[in-house]
Amino acid sequence: MSENYSNSFLREVEERVEEGHWVKMCMQCGVCAGSCPFGPHWAHPPQEIFMMIRAGKREEVLTSDSMWMCTSCYNCVVRCPRKLPITHIMHGLANYAHRLGIAPKGQPTEHFATLFWNNLAETGRVNELKLSLGIYFRDGFSQGIKNAMAMQSVGLGMLKAKRLNPFELFAPHGVKDKSGFHAMLKKAREIEDRRKPIA
Amino acid sequence: MADQKVAAYICQGCGLGDRLDTAALAGVAKKEGKAALVKEHEFLCNADGVKMIRDDIANEGVTHVMIGACSRRAKTEAFGFTDVAVARANLREGVIWTQPDNDESRETTQEMAEDYIRMGCAEAKKMMLPMGNPAAATERRLLVVGGGVSGMTAALEASRAGYQVVLVEKSGQLGGWAGKLHKRTPAKSPFQSPQDTPVAEMAAAIEADANIKVYLNAITSKIQGAPGRFEAEISVESGVTVTEKAGAIVQATGFSLYDANNLPELGYGKSANVVDQAGLETLATAAKGSPIKRPSDGGEVRKVVFVQCAGQRDDSGKHLAYCSGSCCSTSVKQAMYFKDANPDIDTVVIYTDLRMPGNGEDFYRSGQDKGVIFTKGKVSSVEAAGNQCKVNFHDLILNDQTAIANADLVVLATGQVPNSGVDIDSKLKAEIAAAAGDNSLLEAYNASQAEGSVKPVSMLNLNYRQGPDVPQLKYGFTDSHFICFPYETRRTGIYSAGPVRRPMDMAQAMEDATGATMKAIQAIENAGLGRAAHPRSGDLSYPIFRKEGCTQCKRCTVECPFGAIDEDEQRFPVFNESRCRRCGTCMGACPVRVISFENYSVDTVGSQLKAVDVPDEFSEKPRVLILACENDAYPALDMAAMNRNVYSAFVRVIPVRCLGSVNTIWINDALSNGYDGVMMLGCKHGDDYQCHFVKGSELAGIRMSKIGDTLKQMGLEEERVATFEVAITDIERVPQLINDYMAKIQEIGMSPMKGF
Repeated sequence: MSENYSNSFLREVEERVEEGHWVKMCMQCGVCAGSCPFGPHWAHPPQEIFMMIRAGKREEVLTSDSMWMCTSCYNCVVRCPRKLPITHIMHGLANYAHRLGIAPKGQPTEHFATLFWNNLAETGRVNELKLSLGIYFRDGFSQGIKNAMAMQSVGLGMLKAKRLNPFELFAPHGVKDKSGFHAMLKKAREIEDRRKPIA
Repeated sequence: MADQKVAAYICQGCGLGDRLDTAALAGVAKKEGKAALVKEHEFLCNADGVKMIRDDIANEGVTHVMIGACSRRAKTEAFGFTDVAVARANLREGVIWTQPDNDESRETTQEMAEDYIRMGCAEAKKMMLPMGNPAAATERRLLVVGGGVSGMTAALEASRAGYQVVLVEKSGQLGGWAGKLHKRTPAKSPFQSPQDTPVAEMAAAIEADANIKVYLNAITSKIQGAPGRFEAEISVESGVTVTEKAGAIVQATGFSLYDANNLPELGYGKSANVVDQAGLETLATAAKGSPIKRPSDGGEVRKVVFVQCAGQRDDSGKHLAYCSGSCCSTSVKQAMYFKDANPDIDTVVIYTDLRMPGNGEDFYRSGQDKGVIFTKGKVSSVEAAGNQCKVNFHDLILNDQTAIANADLVVLATGQVPNSGVDIDSKLKAEIAAAAGDNSLLEAYNASQAEGSVKPVSMLNLNYRQGPDVPQLKYGFTDSHFICFPYETRRTGIYSAGPVRRPMDMAQAMEDATGATMKAIQAIENAGLGRAAHPRSGDLSYPIFRKEGCTQCKRCTVECPFGAIDEDEQRFPVFNESRCRRCGTCMGACPVRVISFENYSVDTVGSQLKAVDVPDEFSEKPRVLILACENDAYPALDMAAMNRNVYSAFVRVIPVRCLGSVNTIWINDALSNGYDGVMMLGCKHGDDYQCHFVKGSELAGIRMSKIGDTLKQMGLEEERVATFEVAITDIERVPQLINDYMAKIQEIGMSPMKGF
């Protein structure tokens, strides 16, 4: 058993997770858990996640899909009597788990978020065609065709309304100074890693 | 009373003149009430009306005044004549505001008013102006028993208010528990870190105070007397005994920690590394600012576990059933002893509910901020393993049976047990419980009386008839009216403060002691003026006892809720006027009716109920007597009237000082005079009683439970006498109770006792 009910994991969260220093201030009232519209659909409500961090359950917390279920409705933040930025902590934890590479594999929110970021970071503009195809074909080729067929009318409608350019698949547009944009992202990552290092 | 002259005044204001035939009322007062002087006035409580009464008192020799106007609870300043006896007929709240204003009700409303006039006149004639005790004197000095923070606060506050103080402390130094603390929970903003205790500062202030005389290593070996004239024998360990006089007493005897030896399952006694909160304070004090070491081997402490509610809030009956209210903040404070010295030390507080009174919430937050880990859980056992302990617990948030295996120190929060001395009612309580089928108390009592058992030591050693200490309510805490009179014990002039009254922390104890001291000063001053303390503050009447008729039955001495009555060698009661709260429970208890007050007696009430005109059984006009407690039930009736809540016109209400003062002769008289029923409205009794005289309503309940036989003898139904518990807030419920009761009387029919 690792050091349970000690400050070790709590301290790690404080140092490396966005808004992680708030976790120790939770008073376990459960208002967040009761306020969450996704309450019944995830393994651990925020109250439990915070207690698990204090109990030193590192693996369980970081491999959990609970924080990925947050829809950012901010109900918990509004209601928390201790004014914890719960939504931000949830995203912070998800982000930390992702960076460590131990986030649950195949979690839809994580998949979409990764897809979206990579899509955006490539050219500085979101390529909607690529993004939607990426999601359609997530579960294999035949499922992808089925998904695309199901969305056919929407796609054609967008094409007609000139909201979708099929040539984007081959020649995507992007920001003017692409290398400058990439340098900016790299710098931002450097700063972020210094502020909240992974390990 | 040869020169008694009764004057009756009837007010026409507040709609009385419109709703009632006041001329007829005046006629009733004159002819039936036999008032020597009868006057009507259109606005009796204004300057002109009051002047009219004053002039009659001055010029006409009026000695007794009957005012037919509003409730006795209204216009008390305008009608507060101190030189004549005053009776009030409640025509406003009692009649016109509770009766509908229509033609059908006109007749019964008028009848009601006429009865109240008859009753007022009858009462006035039987009243005497309370003269007070001309021999009243007082000692402007306070005896404080206990030199902890509560006792020291009481002493300093009394001295600051200009009173002499005698402070008696059992140990060799002032400070009590607080003196043993390393630090205290913060009392000042921002409530973030432990603070030094005020003990040294307070002890120095007491030392420097010429008003305060301190006896250390001393106990009160005997206390006799009454408020204003207590005499305490103070026995010092060296063998010297001195006698000190005092006007009032503050009992600040504090608490003892619940014995952790009762908790072997939590490892106490099995490992030196399991301590109670006092044990940790000792370790912290001994460390003198350097890191606290592990007791077993002097090793480094890296992890401390605090177990809250150890032997507290226990529903198995083995340990304390209650929450001590102070241990959570103490544990946060003690966790900070470690965290402030070295943030790398892990401190875990395992609680079921964290209770941080006062500004404790800020302190809790500060503890969290410093990295103290709080976890909601229930500890099942603590196992000793070498120099560490394994704490097994159920994490209630994660629903996880888990353990902390490497605790260097385990601190048990064991809670407070009051040092309240001898439970003088233990035998009585045990007998009541046994009668209800629970023999456990009786067995415990018998065991405590067995040869060789350790008997509880009295704190005060009162030489009162009822026992050497103040009565206890539950769990050994001293009994006091929790809502209205928290400091007043059931011994007038003796005020309990601090954890002997209820579990509390230091800040609350200091506040408590200040309040108790203020009350004690009031008692000292009231005793000097011969006046009652609460709740009948300022009352000058006191029980007068006709010794010739007394049968030495001891009911008054046993039943007095305040232990005011002692016994002489021949077992006649000896009334201690300044101990008395004037509730009249003795008067209600007396089977031969030899106890009375000048302005409240078996006669004043008896003559009122006999003055009522009871129509014959064919009139379809029943009469029900309501004896209403003046503290809660009567105000509730008044307020119901203010809201114009209508109730039956066939009831006649007589306020009584307490249901405890109700003598069963009144019930007999009422029923034999043809009343169809008697309703008694009193306060809630039991452990969460609201009775202002603590035991009055309970005693009334017991007496009335035995009245069934009398009713049978009279050939009457048991429902004709009924007792109800009423709260002051029952302004909707009381009229409903009355109407429901009237319906029941309708059902069982009119009393056969009419017209005899």
